[in-house]
Amino acid sequence: MLNMTALALAKAIRAKKLSVTEAVAEYIKQIEQTNPHLNTFLTVSKDTALARAQTIQAQIAAGEITSPLAGVPIALKDNISTLGIRTTCAAKMLENYVPVYNATVVDRLEQAGMIVIGKLNMDEFAMGGSSETGAYGTVRNPWDTERVAGGSSGGSAAAVAAGEVPLALGSDTGGSIRQPCAFCGVTGIKPTYGAVSRYGLVAYASSLDQVGSIGRTIDDCAAVLSLIAGPDDNDSTCVISKTFTFDTPLLERLAGFRIGLPRNYFAGGINADVAQAVLAAAKELAAAGAQVEEFDMPLMDYMVPAYYIIACAEASSNLSRYDGLKYGYRSPAAETLAEVYRLSRSEGFGLEVKRRIMLGSFVLSSGYYDAYYKKALQTRTLIKQAYDRLFERFDMILSPVAPTTAYKLGENVDDPLKMYMGDIYTVSVNLAGLPAVALPCGFDRQNLPIGFQLIGAAFSESKLVSAARTYQHRTSFHLQQPGGAWV
Amino acid sequence: MEIDAQLIAYLEELSCLILSEREKQRLTDDLREILNSMARLEELNTTGVPERSHPFDNVNAFREDVVQPSLSREHILQNAPAHNSEFFIAPKTVE
Repeated sequence: MLNMTALALAKAIRAKKLSVTEAVAEYIKQIEQTNPHLNTFLTVSKDTALARAQTIQAQIAAGEITSPLAGVPIALKDNISTLGIRTTCAAKMLENYVPVYNATVVDRLEQAGMIVIGKLNMDEFAMGGSSETGAYGTVRNPWDTERVAGGSSGGSAAAVAAGEVPLALGSDTGGSIRQPCAFCGVTGIKPTYGAVSRYGLVAYASSLDQVGSIGRTIDDCAAVLSLIAGPDDNDSTCVISKTFTFDTPLLERLAGFRIGLPRNYFAGGINADVAQAVLAAAKELAAAGAQVEEFDMPLMDYMVPAYYIIACAEASSNLSRYDGLKYGYRSPAAETLAEVYRLSRSEGFGLEVKRRIMLGSFVLSSGYYDAYYKKALQTRTLIKQAYDRLFERFDMILSPVAPTTAYKLGENVDDPLKMYMGDIYTVSVNLAGLPAVALPCGFDRQNLPIGFQLIGAAFSESKLVSAARTYQHRTSFHLQQPGGAWV
Repeated sequence: MEIDAQLIAYLEELSCLILSEREKQRLTDDLREILNSMARLEELNTTGVPERSHPFDNVNAFREDVVQPSLSREHILQNAPAHNSEFFIAPKTVE
């Protein structure tokens, strides 16, 4: 059962080949066996999930729930608010925080009969690319437990790869869904900004954050996206007026699909195995009938600086809410109000979070604002304009997700700049608010997964999913599963 | 970009943080390196380019301004580190 896709699992439940309770119990058993080795889950909501399984089973039997994923377990990155279930953001600051409301995406999954079975480890407040900055230990990569799972949604990607859960939600601010998917050999969708409500997603950088899905196959990820997307009265930036459907049949041929291949993404610091596998994916899509054409991606050197200036500026503002008064950690040593603020924040935040708050404070401070923050916002305009022009020529852009495969635990954690440069292929997508899918496309010589991404124009998710579906129909990289002592 | 102790102290103040000596040293080095790398944006000619703080131009999806139930006081106080069932409790600020 743990090898089934989520859609197949739901089908088996509808056909009464297995019960929702059996499905939930089997996944929880797997989590209990493997989580001690991988550290993917921060909370397993065993009792509520098993209780809910019975309710959902009855509702499916009564024909009250007909969604294509009814009865399927799902786990959520721990920055997505869950009513009554601890939501920590992998931060000491929120160690005991129990939300009093659900994120909109959680309500929508539950209305569709999905069962939340737990909350997943991540980088603290989603700030990191390796799931090593959290307060509750490092997520380990199921393909090699001495390596990182990527981040910041490392727990989400690793849990799906390890068969602990068929589906997960993550969030992507600068690559945080796509990069861990690439490192763990699973599939993910980063939706267009505004396609999915951010209500209840703990804010990191509000003009960049977006919730998305992670699964084994593009069909599973698309099925989740069609459940969670759509306008929300609680999020004024959730702009799309129609929901997504991905029910177009499998395209055997990608005739008429114009795919751009950024030539300069394959020079310089990229690992040779990664470059080769991603170029092979482009060839595969060309063999399926797509027109693949090379071009030079403009502004490549300015993407990471612009992204980190904007993300840190927004983070420093968003994280000012942690004051030791309304919720979250409060320093026992604080005696004055100023000490409540400053000691609670100093003791409650980890080093990477402090680094980004300090950077954000710097770029927003008087005297530096124009040279850094304003300049970054102007660069963002140029990047968006560049994408607008590219999407006049192409339906989508095919690129690597990360310059390397999963690296060793601890290898980059003390070198923040090196870590930030690892986001070179992903951050511009968030600056321009675009959708992208990440798909497995091979393995390096150490048998570590490699991923590529397809980036589309705003709200072109259905076209990306079509191309991804054709790719996965023609290849089997997404069906490979890790093994190791933890299995 | 020169990052000195005075600037770090100013940023601590703005960030509402108190850093340990070790963190100060660490972040001084990190900020210097990161900001030097970010400074490459100077090369770009952005004269007359508008600033973009949001991915799209049609930012707000408005809803009708109708009164709806909100969270109860009990719920709002539930996660507070200190409260008296009516209010958040903070140290005295007025002598």
